[in-house]
Amino acid sequence: MDIQEYFSLVFSDYTLRTITLGTAILGAVTGMLGSFAVLRKQSLLGDAISHAALPGIAIAFLITGSKDTNTLLIGALISGLIGTFWIRGIVTKTHLKSDTALGLILSLFFGFGMLLLTFIQKQPNANQAGLDKYLFGQAATLVEKDVWLMAIITGLCLFVLLFFWKEFKLFLFDADYAKTLGFNTNFIDILITSFIVLAIVLGLQTVGVVLMSAMLLAPAAAARQWTNSLSKMVFLAAIFGAFSGVFGTAISASQNNLSTGPVIVIVASVFVVISFIFSPSRGLLFRQIRFIANRRDLEQQKTLAFMYHIAETHDNISHPHTIKILNNFQGYTRKTLQKLVDKGYVTLDGTMWSLTEKGFETAANLYNQQALKDE
Amino acid sequence: MSEIKIQEKTPVSERKMAVQVDDLTVAYNYKPVLWDIDLEIPEGVLMAIVGPNGAGKSTLIKAILGILKPIAGSVTIYGKPYDEQRKLVAYVPQKGSVDWDFPTTALDVVMMGTYGSLGWIKRPGLKEKKSSLEALEKVGMLAFKNRQISQLSGGQQQRIFLARALVQDASIYFMDEPFQGVDATTEIAIINILKELRKAGKTVIVVHHDLQTVPEYFDWVTFLNVKKIATGPVKDIFNDDNLTKTYGINYKVSIQE
Amino acid sequence: MNNAQIEIQLIASLVAIACAIPGTFLVLRKMAMISDAISHSILPGLVVGFFITQDLNSPLLILLAALTGVITVVLVERIQKTGLVKEDTAIGLVFPALFSIGVILIAKNANDIHLDVDAVLLGELAFAPFDRIFISGIDVGPKSLWIIGIILSITIGLLFAFFKELKISTFDAGLAASLGFSPALIHYGLMTVASVTTVGAFDAVGAILVVALMIAPAASAYLLTTDLKKMLGLAVIFGVFSAISGYWLAHWLDASIAGSITTMLGLLFLVIYLFAPSKGLIAVMYREKQQRTEVSLLTFLLHLKNHTETRERHVNHLQEHINWQKVRAKTVLDLALKNNMILIDKNIVSLTQKGDEFTSKAIDYIITNEDAQIEDMKDDFFLFRG
Repeated sequence: MDIQEYFSLVFSDYTLRTITLGTAILGAVTGMLGSFAVLRKQSLLGDAISHAALPGIAIAFLITGSKDTNTLLIGALISGLIGTFWIRGIVTKTHLKSDTALGLILSLFFGFGMLLLTFIQKQPNANQAGLDKYLFGQAATLVEKDVWLMAIITGLCLFVLLFFWKEFKLFLFDADYAKTLGFNTNFIDILITSFIVLAIVLGLQTVGVVLMSAMLLAPAAAARQWTNSLSKMVFLAAIFGAFSGVFGTAISASQNNLSTGPVIVIVASVFVVISFIFSPSRGLLFRQIRFIANRRDLEQQKTLAFMYHIAETHDNISHPHTIKILNNFQGYTRKTLQKLVDKGYVTLDGTMWSLTEKGFETAANLYNQQALKDE
Repeated sequence: MSEIKIQEKTPVSERKMAVQVDDLTVAYNYKPVLWDIDLEIPEGVLMAIVGPNGAGKSTLIKAILGILKPIAGSVTIYGKPYDEQRKLVAYVPQKGSVDWDFPTTALDVVMMGTYGSLGWIKRPGLKEKKSSLEALEKVGMLAFKNRQISQLSGGQQQRIFLARALVQDASIYFMDEPFQGVDATTEIAIINILKELRKAGKTVIVVHHDLQTVPEYFDWVTFLNVKKIATGPVKDIFNDDNLTKTYGINYKVSIQE
Repeated sequence: MNNAQIEIQLIASLVAIACAIPGTFLVLRKMAMISDAISHSILPGLVVGFFITQDLNSPLLILLAALTGVITVVLVERIQKTGLVKEDTAIGLVFPALFSIGVILIAKNANDIHLDVDAVLLGELAFAPFDRIFISGIDVGPKSLWIIGIILSITIGLLFAFFKELKISTFDAGLAASLGFSPALIHYGLMTVASVTTVGAFDAVGAILVVALMIAPAASAYLLTTDLKKMLGLAVIFGVFSAISGYWLAHWLDASIAGSITTMLGLLFLVIYLFAPSKGLIAVMYREKQQRTEVSLLTFLLHLKNHTETRERHVNHLQEHINWQKVRAKTVLDLALKNNMILIDKNIVSLTQKGDEFTSKAIDYIITNEDAQIEDMKDDFFLFRG
């Protein structure tokens, strides 16, 4: 199946529709909540939580012997939350820093999870196969029930988001101030963190524990580049996330042997790279263009100012001078001189130049503005 | 207005106490930062809190506002606990305490000042927007209302913070180093607004660094260095003796300059 | 114990030591998550290197993959410098992208590469003894042992040669720069060592265990000592202990060796986190309780010193005015009495001479920011602690 075929089948084929809907919803909800994680400077927390969820999946299986997604995800949720609170415990109660705490919980929980997974694989009841899909995710294993669960949680999350929008925004920007206004910041904090953990756990089946954090960060980081409004950022992040999910699933479904997780992450990363480069206000490309334009303007202005100082010494401002004088001046190039002529500030006559009335006034203004700024 | 005018003429000793701090002790990691502070701030003063780095100036404000939990002591605002009097109090935090790259506009930040009176869930409407725009105008930032906050200069950011507090329409204003890293024009603009607030009968409490400007800007001062050293009218207590007690051996400032 | 078992434990121990050394510096420099990023992002380097060399143990492959690790660090720093996203977001964006590229490369060329993703995450320590080096027909030992041995020797050599520089630049980058040691050089040197170690260990123990072996022993050691040399020593001991005990746990459970070693590291950290003498959770909680009482005591004494009026010194005032609960007020009052700091006469409390002296000294120390001295002073004054 190639990608074209995929998209022609999406609307008719039940399985494909389920999977696509699932990844789209997942991308949207992680994008939204990821915006909060990024703005709270908790970008790497998602990575730690998703890795910490692995032993929960294994233990849930060991206890219940069931491969039911919901059972396993409850296990993931519990161990993810334990990991999150342990990280907090380490940071607040010891002198270890947050990066160490994150790395510790991430690697230790994951290693323990892998121990359990390999242990389960050696067990005689052969029902265990398929747990390792949680490493890199298999969107193909999504069934309608899973998508419903995602939709319900996303709906809940959207509702809470709209309901407490004002409080979330205030808390994210200035938590201390929120406190003085009488808002219970602990409550808001726990609400946001719980939803982030929930979103991560939801994504484990599709994207996997190893790469789940990128689903949280990439859409949000891309969205941030296009807007300076929180609501638009959250909305855009949801869109980017949904598209990453759909495209990623489409590509991985149309190829053999490709896990969904890595492909979705690559698509999301492409969104990030494009946003970093091409965003009009913050993007690197336009920043560079503006930088060059500014420098050119500055060169022109400097040349004009230099001419102004020469012209100033004469009674007649349009008194011609030889171009050679300008050669002593650093900012001068033939191109800048031509630009000044084009703008009507300077006239050329053979090897002589003279300022026009307009050029003189502009230069005088420049000079005054500069003097004002310096004050 | 006339009522307030009268109040300004009322001798300080007969005025109501806006803020009363009793035996306040605050500790960070069980290391005392503020020790047994007793402080009474009369209504209608423009007060500076001065003291060396690490003296607990910001901590004092944060403890009064309930951001930090004290290990002992109590604070009252007009005779009642802070929780009941929240709406009488506005706060301008240190400029560096927030992320200025946050995706939001100047107007949005100022609107946050209305959230407290709105309470949970209710959204700001036209009325809130109008008062926010007025506050922006007052600090001379109306032209920048739709500007992303990272694209403002340090002085402009500080004005936005001030506008956010003005929107709260409080009786008592707490400000944590509002003059830090701002240009001269902004400093003058801010102090003019503070003086206006005092004229309107409000109480303004400012953590301040520049000792030179204390007599010019303020009428009330508190010297703080872990303990309260002195508090009272600038003209009575702003002297070398108290400065030395606060800042260490033989600290002199030429007030005349 | 057969030969292969001994060799596996030997390899695991050497890997643990090789990881503990750079890991200690990463933890101290607050760069622990960089090791996570490196361990993931060397994957594409490894795969591309494998296309070129067709040999998982070739030195060229190790260098190529290590280069990817250093490129990751540079890339993260570049992105941070643009200011488009916050610092940790940059790390979180770079390594999943690179790791994904690696996974996809493996998946697309599954027939040509004897690498599978499980091996990437977990390594195949159990098979390490079977890939041996023969020099002119004589078996000189497993390849992994040689690789990690060489990397470890280089790391130790560098550690001894640049110990002073590393120490200064870790604790005071400004001072290091002013003394003429380039912090950037040391930074990238450390990153290179971390990358090379990660690649060398990767094959044997997998990506995640490398991270665990770098961070967990160092973090555990950091809870026991702040002396750099002792910390290095302890980290090495913890690493080796977990490597060997983890091997036997895996043997017993018939599960992944890497997973078991990580689990042992986790248990070790848990025990130290809970029971470390002065920085463990229990010690911290106990000390916090003690200090809460003692700070309250100080507060109370100072209050007495500040106020001469009897109303402020009445026993009931302590409870009403200072805003304390009854139990706490009583604890504080009892402690002060036991230590002969106060006298109570008709429910009016006053400082004894000893109490007065103690309070004056304490406030002096706090105002001059020498509050560490208070702890020493407490030993002199207190008969009973809080």
